[in-house]
Amino acid sequence: MTGTGTATLAASTAAHGFLSPTGVEIVFLLVGLVTLGAAVVTVTTKQLVHAALWLVVALGGLAVEYLLLTAEFIAWVQVLIYVGSVVVLLLFGLMLTKAPIGRSPDADSGNRWAALGVAVAAAAALVWVVADAFRTTWIGLDGDAPQGTTKVSGEILFRHWVLPFEALSVLLLAALVGAIVLSRKRGKEEKR
Amino acid sequence: MSDTLDVVLRLLAVFVVFLVLPLVIGQTEHKVMAHMQGRLGPMYAGGFHGWAQLVADGVKFAQKEDVVPAGADRRVFQLAPAVALLPYLLVLVAIPVGPGNAVGQIVDAGIFFVLAVMGVGVLGSLMAGWASANKFSLLGGLRTAAQLMAYELPMLLAAASVAMAAGTVSLPGIVDAFHWWWVPWQIVGAVVFFVAGLAELQRPPFDMPVADSEIIFGAYTEYTGLRFALFLLSEYAGIVVLCGLTTVLFLGGWHGPFGADGLGWVWTLLKTAVLAFVVIWLRVTYPRLREDQLQKLAWTVLIPLALAQIALTGVVKVVTQ
Repeated sequence: MTGTGTATLAASTAAHGFLSPTGVEIVFLLVGLVTLGAAVVTVTTKQLVHAALWLVVALGGLAVEYLLLTAEFIAWVQVLIYVGSVVVLLLFGLMLTKAPIGRSPDADSGNRWAALGVAVAAAAALVWVVADAFRTTWIGLDGDAPQGTTKVSGEILFRHWVLPFEALSVLLLAALVGAIVLSRKRGKEEKR
Repeated sequence: MSDTLDVVLRLLAVFVVFLVLPLVIGQTEHKVMAHMQGRLGPMYAGGFHGWAQLVADGVKFAQKEDVVPAGADRRVFQLAPAVALLPYLLVLVAIPVGPGNAVGQIVDAGIFFVLAVMGVGVLGSLMAGWASANKFSLLGGLRTAAQLMAYELPMLLAAASVAMAAGTVSLPGIVDAFHWWWVPWQIVGAVVFFVAGLAELQRPPFDMPVADSEIIFGAYTEYTGLRFALFLLSEYAGIVVLCGLTTVLFLGGWHGPFGADGLGWVWTLLKTAVLAFVVIWLRVTYPRLREDQLQKLAWTVLIPLALAQIALTGVVKVVTQ
């Protein structure tokens, strides 16, 4: 990196110091804490349905974080898919298996330490990758062209990243077809 | 300072609409149903044709004891009505009633905001169904969840078709782009959207989750007093939101044959009212769909129709460009 580059980076870091946070940054941090707390309760509570409901709080908190980063489109899609569909599916499953009111002492898994290890490793890897990729880069959120509007997201997705997008669609389609094939096969065996 | 005042006034207006329109629709339902069935309906409360019947009902609900069953999950049980009602209030903020600034708050990705928040409301019914510790409530909750999962997809697809046609996902933007020939072009999507919305609200003929002859009142069986009233209110607020959304997305909102300047909001309200009348009409007309018929309608009729509508929209869009 050239000297001037370092100088501008340093200047921009100094202009947006970590010691004098703006209101949005404080809110971002607080919502992040709530999200983290809800996520921890989700995996530690012994009440199954409460876990699903705390998951709603965690996913909703994440949507608020997206909003604070001006990624409005991603935020609403987050609510639509995760809170509106995935959690409803979860609750449907829990009701179908008659999740009891109160504690379920047998809801513990023997894998909890392995799971903790995987979670910590994954979190460390993600934090390291993001921190290493951006370092002290400053992305202005309240400029002339907000980064997260539907228009910007759509243009980036369908111009620059259209191939990965289509590859992902094919992957999802394969999963869909696979699910149908699996469910139909079981139906035939039962008939015999 | 005037900005703050502006925001406060807008939110206040939305809140007043939220409190008044559901009651108006409820009263209309009383009277319309009665006349369709050869009765008079409420005639005494308030004097003139029983106009204050729902106010009296509200007072009655407020006086009742607020019971929480001994075996219930207390906190979830008490929280459920709020979760069911608040999303509709939020959605109302984003629905434009007139050209320009006549909207509570302009949301960039309006369609997504509206559909996402509406989906959250169903969580209230699920929480109520599970937390009541009652087998009828649990069955009602199960049916609610199954119904939501079946009808969310056609609703989204139909809305996506309009967004494609308009080239924007902002609600005022969609109404701005509207032309009269959109009505025949998008009519299939409109019907799919309206029917799926009815099913999401659990209105007859899609009221299997609250089928009184089988499971008493579904997820709301154990509720009394104000909390029960909140669930009822959320159903009528849902009708307002659904009819308003259908008007904005498919019927051109404030566009009308005349009086486009200044009187646009009258057209929006008029179209919404006609749709609300249709909702009531359907309740009186059709018998309740069985659970398997419900699922079959969603997966084998509505979703293919919605996909066909999207294909048609795409073709017309490409050809006319």
